[in-house]
Amino acid sequence: MSDDEFDAFLTETELSGADDGPLAGRTVAVKDNISTAGVTTTCGSAMLADYEPPFDATVVERLREAGATVVGKTNMDEFGMGGTTETSAFGPTKNPVDPDHVPGGSSGGSAAAVAAGAADLALGSDTGGSVRNPAAFCGVVGIKPTYGLVSRYGLIAYANSLEQIGPIADTVEDAAALLDVIAGPDERDATTRYDAADGGPEEHPAETTSYADAADGDAAGFTVGVPTELVEGATEPVRETFHAGLDALRDRGVETREVSLPSVEHAVQAYYVIAMSEASSNLARFDGVRYGESGDGGDWNESFATARETGFGPEVKRRILLGTFALSAGYHDEYYEKAQDARAWVKQDFDEAFAETDVLATPTMPVVPPERGESLDDPLQLYLMDANTVPVNLANLPAISVPAGTADGLPVGCQFVGPSFGEAAVIRAASALEAAVE
Amino acid sequence: MSETPDGADDSVGADDVRHVAELARVDLADEEVAEFADQFEEILDYFAALDEVPETDADAELVNVMRADEVREGLSQAAALSNAPDSEGGYFRGPRVS
Repeated sequence: MSDDEFDAFLTETELSGADDGPLAGRTVAVKDNISTAGVTTTCGSAMLADYEPPFDATVVERLREAGATVVGKTNMDEFGMGGTTETSAFGPTKNPVDPDHVPGGSSGGSAAAVAAGAADLALGSDTGGSVRNPAAFCGVVGIKPTYGLVSRYGLIAYANSLEQIGPIADTVEDAAALLDVIAGPDERDATTRYDAADGGPEEHPAETTSYADAADGDAAGFTVGVPTELVEGATEPVRETFHAGLDALRDRGVETREVSLPSVEHAVQAYYVIAMSEASSNLARFDGVRYGESGDGGDWNESFATARETGFGPEVKRRILLGTFALSAGYHDEYYEKAQDARAWVKQDFDEAFAETDVLATPTMPVVPPERGESLDDPLQLYLMDANTVPVNLANLPAISVPAGTADGLPVGCQFVGPSFGEAAVIRAASALEAAVE
Repeated sequence: MSETPDGADDSVGADDVRHVAELARVDLADEEVAEFADQFEEILDYFAALDEVPETDADAELVNVMRADEVREGLSQAAALSNAPDSEGGYFRGPRVS
């Protein structure tokens, strides 16, 4: 590959695919927390600087069977923890739209690779917005599938109950075509609704849907709900671009109506308590024995603690510690249990909204991409930037971010959220907006 | 963290951060401890608003999914050990237990 002027890649490679298939001749960049056999997979962490997975993730197998060539592993916030790709142990990625600005995160390298034309397509992972955020900030399309649509086998876990692998592309149709390839049941990931037992679902939704066919640009007759709580928090320039996008949709026969999701006021709190708690458990495996650098002498407690001191960056330590605290005796009920209540409440709110709408629309991010280096000092402010994306993960729903235009010369994304396994609806709505703003 | 579960005292001290770090097996430098204490106080104060969330039953339509219990190919021992910093006789070699 040519020069990587935006530092999108951590490893460049060439893993060729089958001779023919739906993605024959297409190049794909893969986020560096998705396992590639024999190709370094770091998760953006010093802990895994030399880790070479002994097996491929299911999505990587499917890419290559579909004819795609994997051209590299992309930079990311360490273990997916961040929204700017600045917590990577290997340095930041630049936004191809304006290199002084962050590309978003945590899948910032994947979005930047597509925006820069260094790959036709990319895979990211989305735990609280990590596909949609960088797609919005780099002016490309990103899809967060319904929990259970895409196999997580080989995805190095940060928060299992929230995360999904999702596609990033220049157009809605390309993103949807990539989703067609990676979606489907996998007996190695029981959360893909794999139908192997009595009482299981009859078929996996991906087996009966062509997502690419849904990108037909025609959402006439759709009712799009606009949750007031998720628009009010955006900056004025972002709101203006978002509302112009809604106007363009109405011109194409879409009806819009305001809806209310009162629970989302607590979504960021609930998301971070749950994600940090799961992280504190998931990342316990990194002790310098089976992989990573071993610690400095002493007994096993001392050795593990030094391996983790040097292997993890500040944001990862922060989340492990806060998660450990939220699960510790005396605090579990106050934080973790309440966060689970909030998660159920958010789900209920979405269900009620979908009783009278086809999809919901919000600005993907409440702000335009910040300048590099300006946001890392205040973790809480960074968490609040996730206000519009995390409710979707809490409710296990599908969502897409599609370019809606610019504000202050920087990209603004519009997010469409659909009912469970309603990928076709969000893809259709996004393709209509894409056609309208061209 | 010195707080009681009812939130009577929500200050977070260096000792609290060190205690949690010990539970999580993460050594911290002194500067990190001080920085985390300030940040944790602000973040936990923000999380405290979860107290306003009503009890809500999760309405999950979950079905257990099982697969047949059949022997199949797995990782070889050599592949499983390939990333280990240290191994001996086909086993992972870890630090001493005490």
